[in-house]
Amino acid sequence: MSETPRIVKEKSMVVQKKMLAAYYKGLASTGETGQKVVYTFVPGNLTELILSFGAQPVYPEINALQSGMRKKSMEFIRQAEKMGHSEDVCTYVKCDVGMMLKGNVGPTGETIPAPDLLLCSYTGCFTFMKWFENLAKMYDCPVVMLHVPYRSAGEASPAMVQYVVDQLRTRVIPALEKVTGRPYDEERLRTMLGLAAQAEDDMVYCFESAKNRPSPIDGYFAGVYYIGPIFTAFRGTEECVTYYRSLREDIDERIARGLGPITPEGQIEKEQYRLVVEGPPNWTNFREFWKLFYDRGAVVVASTYTNVGGSYDLGFRHDPAHPLETMARYCMSCYTNLSLPQRTAVLSNYVRDYHADGLLVNSIKSCNSFSAGQLQMLRRVEEETGVPVGFIESDLVDPRYFSYANLKNRLDSFFQMLDQKLTPGESDA
Amino acid sequence: MKHQRLDALARADRVLNDLSYGYVQDWLGRGADRHAVGYLPIYAPREIIAAAGMIPVGVFGAGDALDIVKGDAYFQSYICHIPRSVIEMALDGRFATFSAFIFPAICDVIRNLSGMWQMNFPDQYVKYLDYPQNFDPEVGGRFYRRELEDLLENLVRISGREVSDAELHAATARYNENRRLLDRLYDARSRAPHNFPMSEVYRVVRAGSVLTVDDHNRLILDYLAAAEAEPLPDQDRIRVYLVGAFCEQPPLGLLKTLEQAGCALVGDDLLLGMRFIRGDVATEGDPLDALVAAYLTKCGWSSAVYDGDNPREDKLVEDVRACKADGVIFCCPSFCDPALLDRPMLQKRLDEERVPYASFQYSENTGQFQVIREQAGTFSDSIKLWE
Ligand code: SF4
Ligand code: SF4
Repeated sequence: MSETPRIVKEKSMVVQKKMLAAYYKGLASTGETGQKVVYTFVPGNLTELILSFGAQPVYPEINALQSGMRKKSMEFIRQAEKMGHSEDVCTYVKCDVGMMLKGNVGPTGETIPAPDLLLCSYTGCFTFMKWFENLAKMYDCPVVMLHVPYRSAGEASPAMVQYVVDQLRTRVIPALEKVTGRPYDEERLRTMLGLAAQAEDDMVYCFESAKNRPSPIDGYFAGVYYIGPIFTAFRGTEECVTYYRSLREDIDERIARGLGPITPEGQIEKEQYRLVVEGPPNWTNFREFWKLFYDRGAVVVASTYTNVGGSYDLGFRHDPAHPLETMARYCMSCYTNLSLPQRTAVLSNYVRDYHADGLLVNSIKSCNSFSAGQLQMLRRVEEETGVPVGFIESDLVDPRYFSYANLKNRLDSFFQMLDQKLTPGESDA
Repeated sequence: MKHQRLDALARADRVLNDLSYGYVQDWLGRGADRHAVGYLPIYAPREIIAAAGMIPVGVFGAGDALDIVKGDAYFQSYICHIPRSVIEMALDGRFATFSAFIFPAICDVIRNLSGMWQMNFPDQYVKYLDYPQNFDPEVGGRFYRRELEDLLENLVRISGREVSDAELHAATARYNENRRLLDRLYDARSRAPHNFPMSEVYRVVRAGSVLTVDDHNRLILDYLAAAEAEPLPDQDRIRVYLVGAFCEQPPLGLLKTLEQAGCALVGDDLLLGMRFIRGDVATEGDPLDALVAAYLTKCGWSSAVYDGDNPREDKLVEDVRACKADGVIFCCPSFCDPALLDRPMLQKRLDEERVPYASFQYSENTGQFQVIREQAGTFSDSIKLWE
């Protein structure tokens, strides 16, 4: 679907668009300002630390998903496949590599500067390491690896925290000092971590508002916009705090007026189904994908994807009193760094806490980190909660794996299952 | 002597073709306090398991020997094949007598399989072994030491008996011997690949994933002696280095096909974990520290290990030169991100070094080799033409 003036946008989306435009403009002018550029990943991003050094973070996944939304990704993926990448591997990597080969032009049409440092936050996904190894061959800049242990036994042990803290102290901070020419400023970092925690409180409030009936928000399709500022270059800034405060006010107003979520075609008048969704969305046909849900009055009340950049609703908050330790704990809290039993528990709890009618898994071809084990999780949640479960497949940014007809068929069957389960009138209380 | 070569291979095949792990069951049956510990690719510190009085068992999937009935309900079609055959075997009860499983940190599929194990087989101890990607002894080394302590503590909990430093040293010494014998075997293979065809060497090496280290050491010695005593005739083949098969293993038929197509394998990363540590591990001082130091300073290159300042492509070129390979074959499992994402970087370097290469993908249950035969044949012919 192409953008038309008819598309309805929430106030927060407009604000965010402005924030992003300023961000990309700032990036494009780093050549003049001399600001250093650090590429890093969303899960386990150390945004406050990077910003405290006066550097600008760039997130290749965000570039890739933006390329997907702007219908540019196929061209980029082809480019990467031409240089020898297999059709089988993660398309985010190929999209990013292709974008770089084609001049690294960002979503606003401005060129994204080359990195001064590649900071590989190796959190929750092994492909990250390969991705940055590939980029390291293409850019002439230092690389620093931050290995974040996996929470296989559930919690982060003291040894795991110590390991990450040690790496921050001996690798990451010295690398940032060297690249920016500035010393580590712990006070500045503490201030930013404090601001991060404020925004995190408000963000959790916004997502938890979906426990209302009707839910005032869609926690997946609109949720990907809500997580934007906190998952990217703004966490730890005043702007970010302001954004979430105003989002919270908007949502409070919607709750008071008993309104449902806003979609690109206006407000959902009748909440027909309340869903929990596991897995990232498809970006190449995002609006079309969303429409398959809102046309049926299906509202996503909770999603795990909105935890990839930190599981705030599971209780994590940045703690300015212990800056390095809190960053270590943050890195380990990201959703794909949780064990499968933990992820399953998150889903079952969402179904119960948000009074969901069903669970849907969108299984992404690209992403082993999310996808391997999802079928097992799905069955376990079904056993634990008794709600109907559905399974669909697509990809992040490779349009070859988006089949509208197939998705529609599967979703129709899923909604039928929900209809059979819900006695008439039950879902629209 | 020919029958001795065949006899050694038959001993290897007996354990390899037995998906019920009869050898392990026999070993377990010889004492009430015995335990089996499974481990997935690439590498596990078997010294610790053996020192704890347990048998380490490498689980590399079922290859083409098992029809997947249940496994496909656990994994989407775009995930590699090994986890589905491993889960199929587990659901069939083939690991029912195992007490523990180790899942090394090599990729998201094996990582998530560890969680599936926790959910499906709660009676087995599951250890996700998180290898450090930081090689500073005070940072990654310290963390890895804790990982090994945790493994040992849990094995002690299972067996109910303490493990002494002397036992750890003794087990390390036996594995040092195993590493030396494997080096000897690989050197012999590189010098005379016609006499040590990969389709044989592979079976002898892979048997070591199931046999006790002492039985494996004997098998390697017997095979070496038999092969050296009665060499096979020389063959006109190109010398090939094979890359990408460190986890899910290609079917034996694929290795035979390559040889029949004129490619003698003189270097490879098949069953990499068996040779992950290059050289001896110290048998004095603190035994866990010795294993940590070996990992930090002596582990070979692999897609699963961050190589920062010491890039993999340099090491590939070094290896290719050392074994005088004429070319490289990239032989990667389908849907294997670690192997496939390395491929363009390695190929670029080979282009710069003017080393010819060919690429294809497989699955452990691939049954049709015609296309691979043609590709490998063309590759071999083109190299011979340019010699
Ligand atoms: S595999 Fe998944 S988490 Fe990893 S880079 Fe690709 S999309 Fe991201
Ligand atoms: S074959 Fe590759 S993707 Fe599959 S489990 Fe092994 S390393 Fe992981």
